Amino acid sequence: MPLIKDDQLIEDPWISVINGDVLPLEQCIIVDLERWQAARQELIARNGRLGIRLKNDQPPALIAEDLAHFDLIALEFPVFKDGRAFSHARLLRERHGFGGELRAVGQVLRDQLVFMRRCGFDSLEVADEKVLDAWRRAKREISVFYQPATDRRPWVANLRHGRELPKTPAHEETGADHWAY
Amino acid sequence: MYRYDEFDHTLVAERVEQFRDQVERRLSGEIGEDEFKPLRLMNGLYLQLHAYMLRVAIPYGTLSSRQLRMLAHIARRYDKGYGHFTTRQNIQYNWPKLEEVPDLLADLAKVEMHAIQTSGNCIRNVTADHYAGAAADEIEDPRVYAEIIRQWSTLHPEFSFLPRKFKIAVTGAATDRAAIRVHDIGLQMRRNEAGEAGFEVIVGGGQGRTPLIGPTIREFLPKRHLLSYLEAILRVYNQLGRRDNIYKARIKILVKQTGAEEFARRVEEEWEHLKDGALALPQEEVERIKAYFAPPPFEALDAKQTAFEASRFEDREFARFVRSNLFAHKQPGYAIVNVSLKPVGGVPGDATAEQMEFLADLAECYSFDEILVSHEQNLVLPHVKLAEVYELWRALKSQGLATPNIGLVSDIIACPGLDYCNLANARSIPVAQRISTRFADLKRQHEIGDLKIKISGCINACGHHHVGQIGILGVDKKGEEFYQITLGGEPGDAAALGRIVGPAFSYDQVVDAVETIVDTYVGERQADEGFNQTYARVGLEPFKEKLYAAH
Repeated sequence: MPLIKDDQLIEDPWISVINGDVLPLEQCIIVDLERWQAARQELIARNGRLGIRLKNDQPPALIAEDLAHFDLIALEFPVFKDGRAFSHARLLRERHGFGGELRAVGQVLRDQLVFMRRCGFDSLEVADEKVLDAWRRAKREISVFYQPATDRRPWVANLRHGRELPKTPAHEETGADHWAY
Repeated sequence: MYRYDEFDHTLVAERVEQFRDQVERRLSGEIGEDEFKPLRLMNGLYLQLHAYMLRVAIPYGTLSSRQLRMLAHIARRYDKGYGHFTTRQNIQYNWPKLEEVPDLLADLAKVEMHAIQTSGNCIRNVTADHYAGAAADEIEDPRVYAEIIRQWSTLHPEFSFLPRKFKIAVTGAATDRAAIRVHDIGLQMRRNEAGEAGFEVIVGGGQGRTPLIGPTIREFLPKRHLLSYLEAILRVYNQLGRRDNIYKARIKILVKQTGAEEFARRVEEEWEHLKDGALALPQEEVERIKAYFAPPPFEALDAKQTAFEASRFEDREFARFVRSNLFAHKQPGYAIVNVSLKPVGGVPGDATAEQMEFLADLAECYSFDEILVSHEQNLVLPHVKLAEVYELWRALKSQGLATPNIGLVSDIIACPGLDYCNLANARSIPVAQRISTRFADLKRQHEIGDLKIKISGCINACGHHHVGQIGILGVDKKGEEFYQITLGGEPGDAAALGRIVGPAFSYDQVVDAVETIVDTYVGERQADEGFNQTYARVGLEPFKEKLYAAH
């Protein structure tokens, strides 16, 4: 599956380990929540980076204490209409201070890309390569933001009065600003 | 009135271009209808029975003359010369051509209007009291906060794919005219014990197939916390609202199933994290928006205007208009004038391009350039000098716009029904037309007094039948249109849902049934009881007897 990251189309270095698959030794792997809960010690002990994939009825609070173990979190969009992952993404970034890769997987519309960027996603698994162009354009199509969000782009109410966004506690703890576009 | 600055202009212009690109991709065949559907629905464009329908937002129901003229221009240029005002302070055009919609939107943008979020599972057009800024019982103009909510909710990155559509209504007055208890969120301005103004927050009301009166989840919310509290409610709903069943996806079902107290607790818990964060309203921004809604330069006048009183005394027709269509203004010597879009036999809420232009001129002359749209599908000239009401009335009358029936039996709310809508089971408009024709005698209407009839062509309840004193619901029985009647509904402060009176009536019988109900009420009422008071006292029985005795 093609992957968009940092505005480029790249080869996905991550491998999804599903169900009872044997754990590869040193590769970057993505496991599901069930695997993480069942094989936590084994997963922490292995070499290689670890990612987790959450379904949209698995809220971030379930892994809030474990975020240090993950370099990547993938959130599922089973259909584009199901927007739960937008809230989950913001909670991971803003409340829990997750600074790793936040990936959207599943069915995504090109017109959702601007919202994804705003909610803190920085990578996107896409069905076809044409989406790259839309992803790049999403940054430019809308330039005015009426509300503060994860990307910390200044919102209109503050711009009008020359004010800076206050930092959230999560920002201060982690300095996690690199995902702010 | 609010005016766009560079930011507002830029956003709307960018959105028009984004949509133009989407339409071009559709027309060129690059994307199919399936892929186009969610895109057009983000912008108020529906595919109905016969054609596309475009719903344009009239935020909190406020228009300038310039804007109303543009709506007239659009009706003429892109439609068949008329528009339809809805129960949510929108206007709908029923016949636009897809390839022309981007130009239509660009025309709207010229007068600071748009169709953003008038459909889709997102936060819809924010509505407000249609006497905002004019009513005597107002604490503050609710449109200041409705505009703040409009901006915050526009292209909200987290809440554009909610479980279902989401409607917010705001009132700043003691009397609820915005039906806030049958909205997803209703905000009613209140004062706390310290005299500070804030909001009572009501969540989870609604109509549709599961009508519910919304419970209050917070008695008093200080104004500066408005956006963070709304964000907390929406975040809880976005995560927990049902997505497996479209009929159970509105927030009212979540609130009901969770219980109002438990729901409130979850909101408060989420809010604890948000309340003093980035969403705290910058005071200078509130002041900036407030300045746009400053009262117009009223003259200091006597509350009693002799010429006005004399005209009332001399002209009975005018007296009738005053009795039903005028409402008390907060400023002495002024009145709120309602313009009925329910002429005898007319289509409720429809206005022609000529009527819109005419009203735009009148608003300029008589009402500080302001027109309000009511959820009851009428228009309002909010600030008219009492001394000029007679002159205004004569002008309205010359264009068939002086029907003196506000709040009366022919002031019917009706959804578009089967004449336009592909969800409908039955026609609504012709039923409304026939009822208003039956009660065409205005003297009789005034004798009957206030009586609210509301008609929906299907269970989705766009015509608010649940909260009609007489509610009429179109149902489909083996391919034939039938109408179920409910009694005793009320949208305002004593919000209540109507009760079914008995078996449904056929299309041919329904007008007789309504007349029977009205006559029964008139026969049973004591002194100046309203319909719901009589109904509460005598119950369903007398109505049932009269309706079904002969059968």
